[in-house]
Amino acid sequence: MEKFEPKILCLLCKWCTYSGADLAGTSRMKYPPNGIVVKTLCSSRVDAQHVMEAFQQGIDGVFIGGCHPGDCHYQTGNYKTRRRVILLKKTMEQMGINPERLTLEWISASEGKRFARKIKEFTSKIKDLGPLPEYDFTESTENK
Amino acid sequence: MAKPKVGFYWCASCGGCEEAIVDLHEDLLVVAEKIDIVFWPCAMDFKYQDVRDMSENEIDITFINGAIRTEEQEEMANLLREKSKILISFGACSQIGGIPGLANFHDRDSIFQSSYGSTCPSVDNPDFIVPQTKTDVPEGELTLPAFHNTVKSTDQVVEVDYYLPGCSPAPYLTLNAINTLLAGKRPEKGTVLAPVKALCDTCDRKDSKPDKIMLKDIKRVSEVELDPEECLLAQGIICMGPITRSGCTQGGEGRCIKANMPCRGCYGPIPEVQDVGASMISAIASIIGIEGEENMSDEHVEKIMDTVVDPAGTFYRFSLATSYLRRKLNDYAKDNN
Ligand code: SF4
Ligand code: SF4
Ligand code: FES
Repeated sequence: MEKFEPKILCLLCKWCTYSGADLAGTSRMKYPPNGIVVKTLCSSRVDAQHVMEAFQQGIDGVFIGGCHPGDCHYQTGNYKTRRRVILLKKTMEQMGINPERLTLEWISASEGKRFARKIKEFTSKIKDLGPLPEYDFTESTENK
Repeated sequence: MAKPKVGFYWCASCGGCEEAIVDLHEDLLVVAEKIDIVFWPCAMDFKYQDVRDMSENEIDITFINGAIRTEEQEEMANLLREKSKILISFGACSQIGGIPGLANFHDRDSIFQSSYGSTCPSVDNPDFIVPQTKTDVPEGELTLPAFHNTVKSTDQVVEVDYYLPGCSPAPYLTLNAINTLLAGKRPEKGTVLAPVKALCDTCDRKDSKPDKIMLKDIKRVSEVELDPEECLLAQGIICMGPITRSGCTQGGEGRCIKANMPCRGCYGPIPEVQDVGASMISAIASIIGIEGEENMSDEHVEKIMDTVVDPAGTFYRFSLATSYLRRKLNDYAKDNN
């Protein structure tokens, strides 16, 4: 079997994690290249719909990065995100998706190393989980 | 001039939408004067063959209610599409999957298990005999439509021209729609024939709806005595008003809110929303804050959010079949391989 390379969507707050990722890059730290990065204005800009749509589009894991508690540029955005992610994970579980396919990490602009490590850990977890299965919607003409 | 021909059909539904047509009361008589009902199996004697014998586009307007759960319903939706100039998806089940769509947390196997198998304690069926699509009897072959794995909305099966939302659609909206179409007006294809505003914007209690609410936990209606005037969200009750289309009452108050119950979302999403459940998760998490959460650990916040019982069933109550994922997946199944 071909080695599974997961597709990971990284939704990173521009005030912290995105810069942290930048730092990891400019410091030439090594981490897996599976992530597709989208810069967001704040982690709370990530709507739960974005996450569900990502899974519908065949993304295997979603990584949300935000400012540490107390450090959100908009004061309380990251608390919103935390509540959202908790509800999302519960919902994912009920929808038959392993909630570990979604993660929320607090990573500041100076934590390039932490970013590289967290991405590495998440990528390897998603590799273990394997691809998110696609549902075959074809219906049988018999009751089997 | 010949009267416009109109048809009504039901798929996976409870019958409430048929009732909603009868709820036009005297207006139904006025409407019936102006139209020629050519198909309405629930109320009058018609056979499928009558429809098959019609020519293409012979029916002017067909109303289909109910979701698509069986092969027969899929076939009828296709047949009626072919025979109708305008097809209206009528009611929540048809528009967004509705309550039957909640069966998408399961599939045919698990449903047959619980209906005909040992999971149901009152069933005595040791050989696990389940409905067959074909059975030979001395008189010949008996057939039944196949039961699908996934419940679909009407527009996941055929093209739909207009939607009338609601569980069930308010008679005044149905009447408006019929009169509009009979007058020869044709709204843009795909229009939902109901107001575009969110229920919160027209709700009587909107003035007491805070932008932000600090709560200790989320409550269920059975746990509290509800104030009849204050916004339900402000009382810690999940109300789908923020993302649900208004129009369930002519005055916009919200049919359930008037009865002091939260909105469950039967009118479907406002136009901005794609995935009702996920959008509601975002809305709820934005509006409801937790007292002192800045100093709480993730685990502590999680425990409080756990007071939202059954989030998928609550937030996708009427719309699971038309959510991004459409149904429960089986991420865990491969562990068994
Ligand atoms: S949340 Fe519910 S009760 Fe509150 S304003 Fe909106 S619809 Fe009305
Ligand atoms: S209040 Fe909500 S659930 Fe109740 S009838 Fe209106 S739209 Fe439907
Ligand atoms: S600005 Fe970074 S999480 Fe809000």
